Amino acid sequence: MAEYGTMRVKSGLAEMLKGGVIMDVVDAEQAKIAEAAGAVAVMALERVPADIRRDGGVARMSDPDMIQGIQEAVTIPVMAKCRIGHFAEAQILQALEIDYIDESEVLTPADWEHHVDKWKFTVPFVCGATNLGEALRRIAEGAAMIRTKGEAGTGDVSNAVTHMRSVFGHIRKLTSLEEDELYTEAKNLQAPYDLVRWVAEHGRLPVVTFTAGGIATPADASLCMQLGADGVFVGSGIFKSGDPEQRAKAIVEATTHFNDPQILARVSAGLGEPMVGISTRSLDPSELLETRGW
Amino acid sequence: MEKPLRIGVLAVQGNFREHVAVLRRLGAEAVEVRLPEHLDGLDGLILPGGESTAIMRLMELYGLDDALRAFEAPIFGTCAGMIVLDRDHLDLVDIGVRRNAFGRQVHSFEADIDIGHGDEPVRAVFIRAPWIEAAGDDVEVLAEVDGHPVLARQGRILVAAFHPELTDDTRIHELFLNQIREAASSVRA
Repeated sequence: MAEYGTMRVKSGLAEMLKGGVIMDVVDAEQAKIAEAAGAVAVMALERVPADIRRDGGVARMSDPDMIQGIQEAVTIPVMAKCRIGHFAEAQILQALEIDYIDESEVLTPADWEHHVDKWKFTVPFVCGATNLGEALRRIAEGAAMIRTKGEAGTGDVSNAVTHMRSVFGHIRKLTSLEEDELYTEAKNLQAPYDLVRWVAEHGRLPVVTFTAGGIATPADASLCMQLGADGVFVGSGIFKSGDPEQRAKAIVEATTHFNDPQILARVSAGLGEPMVGISTRSLDPSELLETRGW
Repeated sequence: MEKPLRIGVLAVQGNFREHVAVLRRLGAEAVEVRLPEHLDGLDGLILPGGESTAIMRLMELYGLDDALRAFEAPIFGTCAGMIVLDRDHLDLVDIGVRRNAFGRQVHSFEADIDIGHGDEPVRAVFIRAPWIEAAGDDVEVLAEVDGHPVLARQGRILVAAFHPELTDDTRIHELFLNQIREAASSVRA
């Protein structure tokens, strides 16, 4: 008998996306450009993070018409975002047969205390995390994929680097602890003991871990892959640049050949203007998206 | 002792690391293939799951498509890897494949499938999976789901619509490695 929505089936799709680039797109035309450039999936949303940041106000789930337009335009998986804790938006996205839901801090949170109970859904979820405890809490809630957050919509990769170093560094530390030290470590991480123990034994998260936030160049993608990411999300970095098509292709190639500086040098050349960036250090703490999620 | 088989796993995109892990567990040497020169000296090749559009584009960029057409050893393609081998792509196996045939991710599933010979069924994981829509006379269908072929063989090529690398059951990979050993011994004979 067929079983749907098992953890193996949910995390299985993330497994197939590894080594790939997931691109933010706002319409069918951008989605086709992303697919032709070799994106493994697209994130359908009405405004890329850079515009959400500029416009301010409340950012919500996208219009189903817009999402369906993108689903019809491409054959690769289509993801969409719901607000943190907004399980009704998630139910709508599942009814639309979206392939992955991103419970995302880029949108304005709907619940300042609770995330969505993701075990109740057949569709898999990806959630953001800035550190290991946060990642494990999301997995305990049923997330089938993690992305380190970075600071979306800035074109500044430094927060993504901080979060990856935090998550992967902490995992390396866990593998060196004695068994009897793991109980207190679980308490300190505010994460379930069984998950902490699993990570200590395997030296990785139990689900695929991508990185996001501020990736704007092929070199940024290579940096993230070398730091241990399984793949990358590129939000504003492609369609806010001078030549999205060439930049999309170059970032895809850089993600595959992340360890080959000769190839990286070639694909980095002649890409035109990158997106205009904002240094995350110049942002007021109230403007940071990465602190949303708990 | 017999020299371990040297098996390549196409590593331009997709879940190649799980195939590498299964191969090592079975005592084979596993090699990640990103460029044509990585195909030298291989006894066989696995094309993993992933996104077939991304995989095809990354193969074409570095001439891996032509290199694979010239590659003579056995090949095993799973999911996207099966699509890449079909009539519409590399045309190395005489099958027509329907992409995302079972539907979007909410229709992805796992199920026990019968592989014949009175063997225990295989737990098969189908992720936005394709099925074989049409097959030439030389194609041997080894397993089906609801009447749609999902495991098949033609000469040195083995294809699966599902993901044997996502379970602990190594029998499908063993089937492939045995196929390589048989091909080698028939050449020697």
